[in-house]
Amino acid sequence: MGGYGDIQMIDENGLRMDGRGPTDIRPISIETGVVPVADGSCRMVWGANEVIVAVYGPMEAHPRKIQRQDRAVLDVRYNMAPFSTTDRMRPGFNRRSREISKVTSDALESVVLLEMYPRSKIRVEIEVICAEAGTRCVGLTAASVALAHAGIPMTDMVVSVASGKIHDVVVCDLNKEEDNYGEADLPMGILPNTGELVFLQMDGDLSPDQFQTAWDYNMQAVDAIHEIMIEALKNGGEK
Amino acid sequence: MLVARLDNMSGNSDADGPQDSQVVVPGENLGQSEGFEAGHGVLIKNNNLLATKNGKLTINGNVLSIEPLHSTYIPRPSDLVIGFVEGCTNNIWFIDIGAPFNSILPMSLGPSKASFGSTRQVLDIGEAILCRVQEVEETHSSVVTMKGMGLRKISSGSIDDIDPHLLEYLSGDGKNSLRQIKEDSECRVIAADNGRIWIDGDIQGIISVRKSLHELSLNSRLVKQGGFA
Repeated sequence: MGGYGDIQMIDENGLRMDGRGPTDIRPISIETGVVPVADGSCRMVWGANEVIVAVYGPMEAHPRKIQRQDRAVLDVRYNMAPFSTTDRMRPGFNRRSREISKVTSDALESVVLLEMYPRSKIRVEIEVICAEAGTRCVGLTAASVALAHAGIPMTDMVVSVASGKIHDVVVCDLNKEEDNYGEADLPMGILPNTGELVFLQMDGDLSPDQFQTAWDYNMQAVDAIHEIMIEALKNGGEK
Repeated sequence: MLVARLDNMSGNSDADGPQDSQVVVPGENLGQSEGFEAGHGVLIKNNNLLATKNGKLTINGNVLSIEPLHSTYIPRPSDLVIGFVEGCTNNIWFIDIGAPFNSILPMSLGPSKASFGSTRQVLDIGEAILCRVQEVEETHSSVVTMKGMGLRKISSGSIDDIDPHLLEYLSGDGKNSLRQIKEDSECRVIAADNGRIWIDGDIQGIISVRKSLHELSLNSRLVKQGGFA
C-alpha cells in the first residue's frame, strides 16, 4: 500500500485517492476551433489539466536561415501560464519549457508530412492554462488534434499518456499528488494505428517488470484517448 | 463531456471499407488499396489507403480523395487571386495571396508602365489587386501577373475571406450560389481562387453578401454532421 505522510495514496482495495483503479485515466474532453484566428486549434481538458493549442501555417519561415529547402520546419512552443500552478510560474521560457517544446516537436515531426511544404514553417503554440501533472502528454495529444484541425497532412496522430509508480505499485495517468510523491514516471507518445513509439521519457527508477507494466498500461490507454480525439475532429464541439 | 475509460471503448468503423461522404481523420485506414487510386489527402502505405487529412471522403470512380474541413490556399498556375501589396523593391512588388509564401509581381507584369524605382507610385503597400498566378515553382514560390483581361487594382468595395475549399459551394444554382448572391444583392462579386471575395456595390448589398458568405462558412461546419448539401 502506497502512502506519503499520513495520507494513503492507494487503499486496501487498490483504489487511488481519486477513486480510480490502477489502469483508469482521468476524464478527457476535447473541443476544436476555440481560437478563431488560428488555422487550427483545440482545447483539451484532461482531469484538472487544461491546455489550449493554436496552429498557424504553413507560412514562410523567417528568418531565412531556418528554412529547409526540402521540407517545412515545425516551430513548437510549450508555455505554462503564470496562473496555471499553485506557485506562480515566472512568465517566459525556461529550461523545462524549452525541453518540452523540443521533445514535442520531435514527436510531431515523425507524423506530419513536412516535405509537402518546403521552405515553410508550421507554428504550434501550446498554452497550459491549468496544470495538474502530465501537461507534456496533454500538450502533445492536443497539438496532434490542432494540427489535424488545421488541415496539415499527417500519417497518424500522436497520443501521449504517462504511467508511473507509487510506492511500488504501477498506475496509469498520474495525478498531481501521485506525480509529486510517486517514485517514477514514464510518459510515452504512441501512434495509435501502428503502435509505434515516437516519444518516451522516464523520470525515476522502474524495475524491468514495472517498466513492462507501465508500458502495457500506456498502450492500453491509447485507444480510449484516440477515440475521443477522433470524436472531437469528426463531430466537433466547434464554436 | 466525453469521459475516457478503458471500459467504454468501441471497435473501429473502417471494417466495411471506404464510404462516400464519411468524415475521416489523419491516420484512418480507408481499406485495401487494390482497385483504388489515391487522390488529394490520401496515401497508399503497405497496400492500404491511409487518410492524411481531417475532412470528407469523396470517391470519384476509383479515386479516393479527401475534401478537407480546413485548408490553406496553395497556388496553381492560372488561378485568379486577390492579393495585397506587402512590400516592394525598385522593380518588384511582393504580393500576399493568402498562400504560405508571398508572390512576386515584377514590374514588367504590373498594371501600367513604371520607371525603375517608382513602384510605390503605381501600387502602394496595402493596396489590393486582382491578378492571376503565372508560374509556381516546386518550392512554392510564385509569380503573379496583372496583364490580362479584367486584372486591375481594386480601389472600391470590400474584400471578404472564406476557406478556399468552400468555393465549390458558390458554383451551381443553389441558394448560396454566386449567381443567386449577385442577383439578390445587386453587387458585383468576384470570387478568387484563393478564397478572397471582392464585393463592389452599395453598402446594403455588401452587407447582405458578407452575411451570405458568413452563413456559408457556418453551414460548412455542418458537414461533420452530414447536414450540409
